[in-house]
Amino acid sequence: MSVQAIETEQLRKVFGDHTAVEGLTLRVAQGEVFGFLGPNGAGKTTFIKMLLGLVMPTSGTASLLGAPLGNREVMTRVGFLPEHFRFQEWLTASEFLSLHGELLGMEAQALRSRREALLERVGLAPFRNKQLRTFSKGMLQRIGLAQAVMNHPALVFLDEPTSGLDPVGRRLVRDIIRELRNEGTCVFLNSHLLSEIEVTCDRVAFIRHGEVVRSLELDALDGSESVVTIRAAGLTARMVAEMARWGQDVQANGEELTLTVHNEAAIAEINRYLVAQGVDVWAISPRRLSLEDLFIETVGKDGGL
Amino acid sequence: MKKILILARMTFREAIRRRIVLTGLVLGILFLVVYSIGFRMIFTQIRNETIAEGTAFARVAQTEMSNFLLVAGLYAVTFLSVAMGALLSADTLSGEISSGTIQTIVAKPLRRSDVVLGKWLAFAGLLALYLLLMSGGIIVSVYLQAGYQPQNLLSGVLLIYLEALLVMTFALACSSTMPALATGGMVFGLYGLAFIGGWIEQIGTIFNNQTAVQVGIATSLLFPTEALWRRATFEMQTTLGAALQMTPFVTLSVPNLLMVLYAVLYLLVALFTAVRVFQHRDL
Repeated sequence: MSVQAIETEQLRKVFGDHTAVEGLTLRVAQGEVFGFLGPNGAGKTTFIKMLLGLVMPTSGTASLLGAPLGNREVMTRVGFLPEHFRFQEWLTASEFLSLHGELLGMEAQALRSRREALLERVGLAPFRNKQLRTFSKGMLQRIGLAQAVMNHPALVFLDEPTSGLDPVGRRLVRDIIRELRNEGTCVFLNSHLLSEIEVTCDRVAFIRHGEVVRSLELDALDGSESVVTIRAAGLTARMVAEMARWGQDVQANGEELTLTVHNEAAIAEINRYLVAQGVDVWAISPRRLSLEDLFIETVGKDGGL
Repeated sequence: MKKILILARMTFREAIRRRIVLTGLVLGILFLVVYSIGFRMIFTQIRNETIAEGTAFARVAQTEMSNFLLVAGLYAVTFLSVAMGALLSADTLSGEISSGTIQTIVAKPLRRSDVVLGKWLAFAGLLALYLLLMSGGIIVSVYLQAGYQPQNLLSGVLLIYLEALLVMTFALACSSTMPALATGGMVFGLYGLAFIGGWIEQIGTIFNNQTAVQVGIATSLLFPTEALWRRATFEMQTTLGAALQMTPFVTLSVPNLLMVLYAVLYLLVALFTAVRVFQHRDL
């Protein structure tokens, strides 16, 4: 079996009498863009912090890029953008990237060229000699993102990378994530912005009360599962029963019929079938299940409180 | 080691950018100017008044007065260095933990001890520069105006440096687990306790009260700052001054070298504690 980017086994963290992460077992493959979803307070940030050595696990084991936690060699290939991106504000943008490059053990020459390329990439080149104290929230996030990828990491953790950004900034983050994927970097994304996750991630896991409650490939979500609502006159009980051939969760209510189908071809077949039975079909409206539907369905309307 | 130096440089740069160095420099120079003017006025007065009494007496009086004023100056400098040490490190770890700036640093390939040691090294350097400026300024000023230089000057200044380092390191250890204000309260509370204990010890010696001396030693064991200062003044005092007990800076109950060794040990334990506590805390 190939080396996983992240592998955890029953990783658990208890703060006093509060269990932040409840025995979390997770595998994330190298090169994968992985979305970690869950309501506020579900333990997402604590989980990331344990993997990065900022918080000591209470129990359980974990490894990054095949090495147990706390391996310094591995940390030269890991990047991190924290949630509240507060940085050394007395440094200039350029000094800030240099400091982090040096701490990563980068060679002076490689550091310089990478720093300049990244300042260009995140659009902060004109501000390279400005101190971070003068930066807006969005600019801080950009420089934080540059910091997180200074070392061409094999694995990068982004904790709410788009929360403070305007649409242009969000697009930039999305593009950078795509570039990272193309370079074979594994991106571990913590986010509430489900639309972001939907367009960037290969796979997601839902976490609630510190446990993974569901994990799925986003390809599977694409066009597959839809809830179809049919309005038609003269539906019989036999016809309703017949619907099980194309989908599940069939519910009939007078002239309205809903069911969940797994591919769009089924919709056309249902239509042909009903017309052949002499039914007047007024409307067939399929609605794709969005990540948001899944999120609410999985973590519950109470947001996991 | 390389990471420690990178972090020390960062801390140094922080002190410069946050105008800590500039403030210390400007106020330090102001202090030295006022000190020099004061010294000039008092020394001229003494010289004029003793000039009729014959050269031998004049010489002694001038020496004793110079020694007193020099030690008084160093006394102020010691307090300023101690305050500087406490202020530098009181907020450093706790502040970076609560603001979150520490997170991207600790998630790098380094030991957590590198963070603590890097900061310690930078602060130790800053304190050395500060003390060099301030005590150097006083010593040079007195030497230029009175041609006087006390004995054991180097040991005296080194003991003052040790005191400032001790306070800075202790504050760093507190800062790894307590907020800045609590650290400040702790450090200055202990400093005050050691200060009053030192006085009880000195006065107890005059009245030959052993219990009072024991109280002083006990507070010195709790926080050896005053003991280091007493040892420093002992090193630099004049034989005549000590015999006549002329000034409040004359040390009667002398902390021995064992106490100095104890202070060094105290510092090392504080540094070790700072590292240990920081290593094990969640950030």
